[in-house]
Amino acid sequence: MSEFPASTLAFDETRKSGGILSGLLSSDMPRSKRLTVILLAILVLLAATPFLFSGSQPLSTAAKICVFIVLVASYDLLLGYTGIVSFAHTMFFGIGGYGIAIALERLGATWMSVAVGLVAALSLSTVLAVAIGILSLRVRAIFFSMITLAVASAMAVLASQLSDITGGEDGLSFQLPAELRPAFRLLSEPIFGVTVNGRLVAYYIVFIVALMMFLLLLRIVNSPFGRVLQAIRENEFRAEALGYRVVAYRTAASVISALVATVAGALMALWLRYNGPDTTLSFSIMIDVLLMVVIGGMGTMYGSVIGAALFVLAQSYLQVLMDAGSKALAGIPLLPDLIHPDRWLLWLGALFVISVYAFPGGIVGRLRQAR
Amino acid sequence: MTDIATEPTASSEPLPRTRTDWLPLLLLPALALLALPFVGSGSTWVTLTVAGLAMGMMIFLMASGLTLVFGLMDIINFGHGVFISLGAYATLIVLGPLAGWGQADSVWLNLGLLALCILAAMGVTGIVGAVFERVIVRPVYGSHLKQILVTMGGLIVAEQAIHAIWGASPIPLPLPQALRGAFVFGDVVVERYRVVAVGIGFVVFIGMQLLLNRTRLGLLIRAGVENPEMVEALGYRIRRLFVSVFVAGSALAGLGGVMWAFYRQTLTAGMGMEVMVLVFIVIIIGGLGSVGGCFVGSILVALVANYVGFIEPKLALISNILVMALVLIWRPQGLFPVARR
Repeated sequence: MSEFPASTLAFDETRKSGGILSGLLSSDMPRSKRLTVILLAILVLLAATPFLFSGSQPLSTAAKICVFIVLVASYDLLLGYTGIVSFAHTMFFGIGGYGIAIALERLGATWMSVAVGLVAALSLSTVLAVAIGILSLRVRAIFFSMITLAVASAMAVLASQLSDITGGEDGLSFQLPAELRPAFRLLSEPIFGVTVNGRLVAYYIVFIVALMMFLLLLRIVNSPFGRVLQAIRENEFRAEALGYRVVAYRTAASVISALVATVAGALMALWLRYNGPDTTLSFSIMIDVLLMVVIGGMGTMYGSVIGAALFVLAQSYLQVLMDAGSKALAGIPLLPDLIHPDRWLLWLGALFVISVYAFPGGIVGRLRQAR
Repeated sequence: MTDIATEPTASSEPLPRTRTDWLPLLLLPALALLALPFVGSGSTWVTLTVAGLAMGMMIFLMASGLTLVFGLMDIINFGHGVFISLGAYATLIVLGPLAGWGQADSVWLNLGLLALCILAAMGVTGIVGAVFERVIVRPVYGSHLKQILVTMGGLIVAEQAIHAIWGASPIPLPLPQALRGAFVFGDVVVERYRVVAVGIGFVVFIGMQLLLNRTRLGLLIRAGVENPEMVEALGYRIRRLFVSVFVAGSALAGLGGVMWAFYRQTLTAGMGMEVMVLVFIVIIIGGLGSVGGCFVGSILVALVANYVGFIEPKLALISNILVMALVLIWRPQGLFPVARR
């Protein structure tokens, strides 16, 4: 954009020093030893899951973590970097999922359908994000929160009502292109004792696209554009006074975030071979994303990695723990109900409130302080 | 405010009267008349209109507290929905021991039961509102972003707590005997409960208007909306005013919750959050912080939903959003913009 000062100076002093890694991470290093170790561990574990764990359960968990990292990171672009709260993020997630699902179901299981579905979903997301942005952001940022909530819930109702197209509450199951089916063999010989079948290919597509999306978002928030967003977050009036058109920047951020969420939704649908209201569109996913961003750390892209990994793992394993606790306390009034496995959100909600007050930087903020 | 200095006010002249903005008010009868030819039959139209009015009143009850709290305290409470649910569940405290009153053949016992339910709900939500303000909201005055996040967190915790206390499955809530059924005048059918809802809604609206415009307390609240620092400088404890308005807003949500629950005749912990979407649309349409705007907005949304639902059911799902978009294009700040913000 022409509004940026056409200076040839390096934008950020730290950017001068740095090799390939720094370039990949857009000079936004983790800045904490423990954080670096944790991030590397997550990266290695996700990359090697098919070879480390057997069975489909760990692979599904890993794929879910990958998708949610992208979803949460794109939400952080809005919440943490631009300082506006959207409740329509799962709407875009759902649009991506439905785009793939509808295209693959109607047009047949080819790569062409995947492309058509993705492009259609991305276009719809763009139109909706721009419309919501110009309708609400020109007035006041809190309008945006309420309007996104209203639009998202209308879309959720619409998706469940238009059951001819979307499959309603049941959702849509579909066939994947041949290369992604379990029967497909990329290599005739197993590697490290693992057969390289279509599922594995699908997992690595999810993993690599997620990684690329994450690096892209890291690039965006560390670009001059990202700095303007942060300036708007810190002081809207000052940013406006400096000549940046706040509405345009906020709308652009909301569009970028929506597009990345759409891609995440497409990945989710491709991985699950299914898309329905409960996997991508429901409001409870929106709450999950909110929890992941805040607990991981708002305004730090790495927070989304930690938040998503922690949350998805907790979703799978914390409930088992709570079940044991609840059974152990049977007989005492109310207490077993409070730690009933279905009540796990109660505790995460409390953790969420505490994090907003006490650690606005979330886990990443704590780790960076303690380095 | 800057215009005080530039506007010379001679003390001898009477203060200029505030002009009433009639246009948004005319919107309602205009809409109702416009819908008449599309609906076709006159009796259906009356039924739809009365049903819409009742629905609007219930939405107004639930939304008024939120818009009042925003107007005075600049607090946007996304956890407002939980007070609606909580008010609805609080009826169980009364309905447990007094279930017989609802089955009795006496109109007065039935109405008494409804009144007791409302009292219990307002009591419970008022107390929880005071705690909510102290624990959740007070630390984040001034930051909208944190308010949204923290009240969302409060909503999650409170909703889960309702699950833990009353169980996660929906609970049926039968209407008292006398409020079931409908009045029939010729072709026009009007459900009895809707008449009660319209009555209670009107009483609350008139009461709020009188309180805000005719009493000292209302004067302070309106002054607080305009300029809280000045009210404080004049020696009034704005903090106490804030807390009482928050408690009143929560209690109103509780009242709305009772009405809404009897209308739906089932209790679920998520019912408040579901209706919050409508509530937000209404307060955006009305102009954030404006009680009158909230009233007009509620009825507007409910009428449109009813008419559209009858004429073109598929469109009804997004009619609210369309109404909101049109209003915002016409008046970006809502129908009755509140001066300061």
